[in-house]
Amino acid sequence: MRQGILNDDSLTFAEKIISIRADGAESIHRPGDITVLPVDLAMAQDSTGPLAIKVFGEMGVPRVWDPSKIHLVIDHSFPAPDEKVANLHHLMREFVKKYGVRLVEGSISHQHLLENHVVPGMVLFGADSHTCQAGAVGAFATGIGSSEMAAVWASGKLWVKVPESIKVNLTGQFKKGVFARDIVSHFIGTVGEDGGNYRSIEWKGPAVKDLSIASRACISNNSMECGCKLSIFEVDPTTQEYFRSVNRKSMYEIHAGSKASYKDEYDIDIGKIVPEVAEPGNVDKVKEVGEVEGTPIDQAFIGSSTNGRYEDLGVAAKILKGHKVKTGTRCVITPASKGIFEQAIKNGLAEIFLQSGAIFTNATCGACVGTHLGVLGENEVCISSSPRNYIGRMGAITSKIYLSSPATAAASAIEGKIADPRRYL
Amino acid sequence: MTTPSILKGRIWVWPDDVNTDIIIPFRFKARTNDPVEMAKYAMYGFDPEFYKKVKAGDLFVAGKNFGGGSSREQAPVAIKYSNVAAVIAESFARIFYRNCFAIGLPALEVPGISRQVKQFDEIEVNLQDWSVRTRNGIVHPALKVPEFLRGLMREGGLVEFYKHHHSFPWETLETKAITR
Repeated sequence: MRQGILNDDSLTFAEKIISIRADGAESIHRPGDITVLPVDLAMAQDSTGPLAIKVFGEMGVPRVWDPSKIHLVIDHSFPAPDEKVANLHHLMREFVKKYGVRLVEGSISHQHLLENHVVPGMVLFGADSHTCQAGAVGAFATGIGSSEMAAVWASGKLWVKVPESIKVNLTGQFKKGVFARDIVSHFIGTVGEDGGNYRSIEWKGPAVKDLSIASRACISNNSMECGCKLSIFEVDPTTQEYFRSVNRKSMYEIHAGSKASYKDEYDIDIGKIVPEVAEPGNVDKVKEVGEVEGTPIDQAFIGSSTNGRYEDLGVAAKILKGHKVKTGTRCVITPASKGIFEQAIKNGLAEIFLQSGAIFTNATCGACVGTHLGVLGENEVCISSSPRNYIGRMGAITSKIYLSSPATAAASAIEGKIADPRRYL
Repeated sequence: MTTPSILKGRIWVWPDDVNTDIIIPFRFKARTNDPVEMAKYAMYGFDPEFYKKVKAGDLFVAGKNFGGGSSREQAPVAIKYSNVAAVIAESFARIFYRNCFAIGLPALEVPGISRQVKQFDEIEVNLQDWSVRTRNGIVHPALKVPEFLRGLMREGGLVEFYKHHHSFPWETLETKAITR
């Protein structure tokens, strides 16, 4: 039966992985069906974990289902910027001691899991919306809240509804100054911020082979901004090479059938995409950089789980090298994991950042969520490679956030206003 | 605690795409585990004084995609502990919607509802029929949800459900899958 499902030509990725992994009988699941999935990995972080711990305690569950599959990650406000956060971090560490679950401190959860634990075909639930990042390597990965996370800790299972799917066909080649972030921003601008709500997005087409794992992770992560449940790159030679290099094996390598049916299909010619910027307030207010160029900024932020990877820091360094951050403008650079931080120091990126006048911080979510290391004051303007530009996201409710690729943010830091990165590459 | 089946109250009308950063900013929600404290920051992005203005039994009526963005359960918790009795929207973002059932905050999807009401109208939510009656007397059926979720909501969410049944509501689900 399992082999039959894997070979079924009529199923999308989501239908196939749910059909194979569903608890009990392996049978074909179609959009709208509700079923229960056994969980391979459950993650909660320091802004959702403490509430899950409280709920777990209130339920009165005596033990967790499998401590080796439960990860608590202290990443959003690391290290603790104040006493209130420190107390919640303490609660997490005490839970780890009591139940023997895994603790990670000082790397962003999604990046840490991608570097160390995620494999194709696994079922991953995270109490964080950007958990869908792990779809970049063909995993079923999606976000849930704290109470459902507590239920997963107790039982190792959770209900899902089989989503409808969207197919995006990527063709063409990147133009200078254009990156994965620009593709996904363009897509969100096209479909709108609820255009993927409840849906599974499959990224396909000949241009996928040109995307690194980091670029795919950026796209899968940022797909959350149109509300998706899953955002999938199927396993291909790039994925296989990555897992060989990190010495981890797939659970299942799942490919959608050629006759699968999609709710919507989109074609994106990467060659026609230019650097994109989302204007403050909504993630789908996406403009070409030329339309907002010259807007004065107080801060540029390069980091977050969306765009804090080594390749992002590399592009920022390339642009900042030999330049100075404009006087009166802050440039905050925050890597997504401890490993990326270390690599950036070892390979001389950190030195370039410091010489340019940028601030190079430890790995954390930090400024993205306005918790520390780059909070915005009243009426301040920031250009940011982070995922969201909502009211008050990075600080004062009167502050404004423009979203862009790390390259556009770095170029803007040099000029003290929104700038086109193509001039620096 | 079981949720009553008829909820009457005045409504706060919200626009499309109200995200969780508006409902409760990160820097407040990530600094407390106390739902009463969370409620002080409900709807802060629109009005930092909202918590002083809301009354027990008030209802929310919103446009499409209510609760988009982060997975933060503190968003529906802040609404629930503001003593808002139910949230009605044209549509909900996926995680927010799940979280409402998980914490026992009634959430009803009623397409077209935001054009039928104005700020502080009195409306009636019927959790038995899963419908909303607006001021003009018209009854608007909400989109159907599976019975196990309505049961979960009625029993007050996952904590109450588990304390009562020592199991989770989906553990008894029969999947609708088609076997070939």
